Amino acid sequence: MALLEIENLTVEFATASGRFKAVDKVSLSVDSGDVLAIVGESGSGKSVAMLAVMGLLPWTATVTADRLRFTGKDLLTLSKRERRRTIGKDITMIFQEPMTSLNPCFTIGFQISEAVKTHIKMTRSQRRDRVIEILEQVGIPAPEKRLSAFPHQLSGGMNQRVMIAMSIACNPKLIIADEPTTALDVTIQAQILELLLGLQRGKDMALVLITHDMGVVAETAQRVAVQYAGQKIEEQPVQQLFEHPHHPYTAALLSALPERATSKKLPSIPGVVPGQFDRPNGCLFSPRCEHATKVCHATEPKQQDEQQGLVRCHYPLSNGAPSNHPGVAS
Amino acid sequence: MSDETVLVAKDLSKHYSVSRGVFKQAASLTALSDASFSLQRKKTLAVVGESGCGKSTLAQLVTMISPPTSGSLKINGQEIAGADKDVLQGLRSQVQIVFQNPYGSLNPRQKIGGALMEPLLMNTKLSKAECREKAEATINQVGLRPEHFERYPHMFSGGQRQRIAIARALMLEPEILVLDEPVSALDVSIQAQILNLLLELQERLDLAYLFISHDLSVVKHIADEVMVMYLGKPVEQCARDELFANPQHPYTRALLSSTPIPVPGAKKERIYLTGEIPSPIEPPSGCTFHPRCPQCFDTCKTTLPMLEAKQSRLTACHAVN
Repeated sequence: MALLEIENLTVEFATASGRFKAVDKVSLSVDSGDVLAIVGESGSGKSVAMLAVMGLLPWTATVTADRLRFTGKDLLTLSKRERRRTIGKDITMIFQEPMTSLNPCFTIGFQISEAVKTHIKMTRSQRRDRVIEILEQVGIPAPEKRLSAFPHQLSGGMNQRVMIAMSIACNPKLIIADEPTTALDVTIQAQILELLLGLQRGKDMALVLITHDMGVVAETAQRVAVQYAGQKIEEQPVQQLFEHPHHPYTAALLSALPERATSKKLPSIPGVVPGQFDRPNGCLFSPRCEHATKVCHATEPKQQDEQQGLVRCHYPLSNGAPSNHPGVAS
Repeated sequence: MSDETVLVAKDLSKHYSVSRGVFKQAASLTALSDASFSLQRKKTLAVVGESGCGKSTLAQLVTMISPPTSGSLKINGQEIAGADKDVLQGLRSQVQIVFQNPYGSLNPRQKIGGALMEPLLMNTKLSKAECREKAEATINQVGLRPEHFERYPHMFSGGQRQRIAIARALMLEPEILVLDEPVSALDVSIQAQILNLLLELQERLDLAYLFISHDLSVVKHIADEVMVMYLGKPVEQCARDELFANPQHPYTRALLSSTPIPVPGAKKERIYLTGEIPSPIEPPSGCTFHPRCPQCFDTCKTTLPMLEAKQSRLTACHAVN
């Protein structure tokens, strides 16, 4: 049994202008010890899917799923009390902006010990020792002194370490990191990623890394799920994904990276990600796809088998060429 | 000076005074010190560094938003430092800027047409109809259509907004375009579109680019020359290929090795920098990089290295011979 099982997760938002499907039938499974990266452009529903797992979506959202289980417990029917016991203890989340996700009015020592206090029975002095121990683990120098520091007194990188400290305080089984390094400089990013991976390996936790940076994916993940406009369109082990992408979108995304450019002109994907009002019929990527045919514009593709990287595409690429393609794009 | 050179900066510095309360004397913050460079037509100078290294201060000086504290800045042979208002007014149309965040740099209450025509109405004596004609021509150049004129910024995506910001910067036919992190707020597929557009415009309009970025992969793609900065000082300056093939300054090396490359399993030597950028109000003695430098020795702690020609480039480091 996998640690986290998601099957056909759909999230819809009620907006003033009608219903908007932010996540569309996403299935994922994460085992302990896994590092899964979810990649996608803005608006691809990667954060919303994970917020649904955490139960952090506003009331306007409707979450449906065939299965949404964590260690066998159904997260959809969990009582509020049960949920509070799980979230923040066994599943924790790290957000993008450490400066805005910490409370500016309280010291970091207080905020971390609050996480411990909620879930583990300890005396005050035990808690203090525990917080110091965690701060040491995440590489904060002079932790005893830092306990009484406020978030504004620390730099962005240090605040992100505090966020990580808070999330590992109760020895979670799964950490969801939502763009944990996007707001940081590259030298700090390298430090934080190394820290996260070190903790993940040391404690045999599962890590779900939400990111849009293909470089970060290549260096950290074991498995990669690619999302586009709310759908998971491909999932493969990292090596295979970078070498043999099966979905045209993944292939186009990889070749748009400046690092992979062969000429001065970058191969770019025309158009933009569809929004609420211009969702195409059939395959969601068809208006931007160079291989799209009439079939793509009319019918939604089914998910292919594992051999084809679980892609949602009528003509999955093999060695860069679409298979079973009639030959005429239209 | 050749015809191709449009801007020459020499020992450009900028200090700010920072108040530390009523009873203490104001501290002096060196945001930029001794930057020297030149911009050529059809060429791109990229400025790389982490936050707080003075990249944006440099952009402010070059666009004449704030005057330099010392040093000289010549645009088309005309000195900026100490120039009077009229001279600056004339030169400002030569240097235009595109900002990082296309969501924040366009007025949400102004239609796109208005935003594009405004620079012309302010700076030229063209009639309204002529302005509109010119704006339509420019909007075509950046890959948008004239029917977008009557729309508001919120009706566009991030990539399209950045195109509008670029179009606005091009309205006065500048010779120099300062690009302050123009693609870092955009998704990869959109980033490629904008980079292509920038390269195409440079070729067509003979523009000189000052490209400010922290993303080395983008810099490697677009730059001709690169200047790496740390805590307000240029630490290494040379042609792009040389910098990426054979970085000399330890900071440049660390930056290059920290940048994740999208090739899984690629073995590479990783240099982890410990600590963070020190405060520019009380910079470390000697070489400002020495507390984080893996190659630091005694001289580094006491003597500030000068930017010298070493290994066919300019670099400021005692460890480089």
